Formats: sequence, structure tokens, C-alpha cells
Amino acid sequence: MHIVDGALSSPVLISGAVLSAIGVFIGLKKMDYDHLPLVGVLASVFFIASYIHLPLGFSSVHLIMNGLLGIILGWVAFPALLVALLLQVIFFGFGGLLVLGVNTLNIALPAVLIYYICYKGVRHESPKVAATWGAVGGAGAIFITALMVAFSLALSGESFVLAAKAVVPAHIPIMVIEGFVSYAAVYLIHTVKPEFISKGSN
Amino acid sequence: MSQSLEHSLTSWSGQALKHQASWIDDIDARVRVVCSALFALVVVSSHSFAPTLLGLFCAFLLVKASKLNIKRTLRRVVAMDLFMLTLICILPFTTPGDAMFTVFGLTASWQGLLHALLITVKANAVLLVLFSLVATMSASTLGHALAHLKVPDKLVHLMLFMVRYLDVISQEYKKMRRAMQARAFVLRTNLHTWKSIGYLFGMLLIRSVERAERISDAMKCRGFCGRYYLNDEMKIRSIDWIFSIVFISFLILLIGLNIDGLFK
Repeated sequence: MHIVDGALSSPVLISGAVLSAIGVFIGLKKMDYDHLPLVGVLASVFFIASYIHLPLGFSSVHLIMNGLLGIILGWVAFPALLVALLLQVIFFGFGGLLVLGVNTLNIALPAVLIYYICYKGVRHESPKVAATWGAVGGAGAIFITALMVAFSLALSGESFVLAAKAVVPAHIPIMVIEGFVSYAAVYLIHTVKPEFISKGSN
Repeated sequence: MSQSLEHSLTSWSGQALKHQASWIDDIDARVRVVCSALFALVVVSSHSFAPTLLGLFCAFLLVKASKLNIKRTLRRVVAMDLFMLTLICILPFTTPGDAMFTVFGLTASWQGLLHALLITVKANAVLLVLFSLVATMSASTLGHALAHLKVPDKLVHLMLFMVRYLDVISQEYKKMRRAMQARAFVLRTNLHTWKSIGYLFGMLLIRSVERAERISDAMKCRGFCGRYYLNDEMKIRSIDWIFSIVFISFLILLIGLNIDGLFK
């Protein structure tokens, strides 16, 4: 998921950084100081989520949950994920410094897309319908992320094309898991605290 | 394996990496941030082995100088290198060039192997420098340094909030996990696990949002008007000048090594 420093070509790095900067700028414009505690706490929840490792056969995968983050935060997902990824690079060594722009874009842009696709769906009155949209969002975000990772690899040189082709199939298990987990999470939020989904997003 | 990984990583305390005091701690935080960013830029854009290996060597020296816990540092780097290993396995087969050996009709090329090794060296060098220069300061110092470097105010605030609440929320998460373990819940590859983790995650979200509301109310009660103030005055002292001059001349040397035929 995290691309490391040194792998991508400079045009990809630069365009990723520029697009991320635009996304972060829009996100910061949409976030006022009043929302800061809420966004900070939510971003931390997603940070913690990425350390929940679920067993899968003999190996394990970790949750990403960028779909659900997008549904709740919208464009604010960009600054939230940028900060989370920066902390991960510096204190845990996941990813790299110069690829931060590309990594942020690959994870945050699907989140924003899912926000627009599932906006109506997760606000449906019936918890089951809403949860199904949540599952679509959770799995869809991983799919788009995998596609974007594949593209950023493929655009960086002929030799990465095979690796790029392997990225999408490799993400199918996590897509399925994330779909089920998102379903349960949205279902629970809908039954326990329905006003949260309609309130947290503005 | 997955269990141990989970527990070692969720214990985030918002603190710097464990290390003993060293002269690197005396250097101004801004200088450290800027120097490591420049280092990353130079090393990643290098295209031959001499400058990147020299960069890696310098990174080792910095790790030694900052007195990081070598074992822990290595564990973090190894996690990344496991990923690099797959790259080293794939790239020789996908890069055209002189044949090294042939498996099942696929030819591995020397160029591909060299390319993969180059990427590995670069990624390791950047990470080690980040660990020794930036991760040795506390996360809030890093936030203040970024604010002084004119990073957008809201972004810095977001980071400071996150650093503060990561610990609180990871404790909340551990509490809920322990409650599940007490009820004999074991992670497996099945629907029940995914549903339970989904519920756990949803509950974590709800609890944290309620907590965020309480935090924001409590802060408003105490006159929080939407921003933190930077009280620490950061001053550039002579040690900062010396370090930046040495470091930047080293970077210029690396750039020089990239120019073909300079020393021929």
C-alpha cells in the first residue's frame, strides 16, 4: 500500500505532490477551527485502525478504512490523511518522505470520491440499506486505491508494469474484508447513534 | 506474528523514539527538519550508486550519533526491507538487459537487480536520516517547528491534536479489545470476526466523537478561541550554523558525484 522512496519517477512524484496539495488546500478551506478537535480525533481513530491486523489464512492484512473516513470527513480526508501518513513515515518508517504526495493522493482521493458516491446511500433511513452503501464505500475505496497505486507504478517505468498488474488482484482479499467490516460499522452507528453520520460530515 | 506486530505498534505515546541524549538533540528543530528534507530530495533524485551509498553511510553515522536504540531502529527498517525484497525478486525479470540467469524461460537481468538495489539503498538512507534527525524530537516539537517553517496553521493544529489524542484513543481501543478477549474472542478468518471488528470500529468512532465534543466544550470553557499559541522561541545558535554548513556541503558533494565525468 505504501510506496517507498526512490521507486517512482520524478514526473509522477511531482504531479502527485501538486494534486495532493490542491486537495489539502480544499480540505483546509472546508475545515474551521471549531471542527479541529473532531477531525483530529477522527483522524486518530483511522490511524489506530491501520494497526488492526486481521488474520487471513497464513498471513494477515491491516485495515485501511479510507472509504468510511471519506464518508464521514469528505474533502477534510486530505489534510487528515496527510498528517497521519507524515506521522507514520517519521515515527514508524512506513512509506517515504518524497512519495508522501503520491501516497496521500492514492488514499485520500478515493475517500473523497466515495464521499460523493455514497453520500445519499449511507444516510438512508433503513440501517440495512445504509450499511450496504457503507460496504460498497469500504470495498470501493480500496479498489480505487489499488488502481491508483497500480497507475502510479506503471507510469514510473516499463519495469514496474508487472508489479502494477499484481497490485489489484493482491488487494481483492482486503477489499472483501473491508466491505464486511464497513457494513458492520455503519450498521452499528446507524442503530446506536444515527445523528452522527448526518452531523459529522459538514 | 500479527499479534505481536499489532501490540508493538498500537503503543503510541506521542513521544520521540527512545534514545539517549546526544548532541543532535541540541540542534534547532527547524534545521533538522529542513536538512532531512533536503537529504531526501538529493538522495532520491540521485541516479548512481556512489552518492546513494555515501548517503546511506552518512545515515548510519547519524543514527550512531543520535544514540537511537539500534535494535528498535533496525526492526522498523526491516519491516520496510521485507517489502523491498519482493521488489528485488520482481524487477530483474521485468527489466530488459544483460542476462543474469534464466528460470522457466524468464530471464533475470543485471540492470533490473541493480535498479532494485538502488531503490533499496535510497529508501533505507532516507528513513534512517528521518529516524535520527526528526523522530528523535517529540511530535509536538515537530509540530512547532513546522509552524515556524510556515506550514499552514490548521494543518499544524490538526497534527498537534492528533499527536495528543492518538494515545488516548489507542488506550480506548486496547480497553475494548481486552473486553472482547475476556469474552473469549479470537481473531480468525471468518464472518464473525469481521462483523465484530466492524462493531468495534463503529463503537470506537462513536466514543471518540463523543469524547471530541467533550474536549471541545471543555476547551471552550477555558477560553480556547480556536488556536494554540507558539510560546517557544526558536533561536538559531552557532551549533545550528555549524551543522547546517557541514550537512549542506555534504549534500553538495553528493550532487557533485551525480555529475558524470566530474572526477575523470
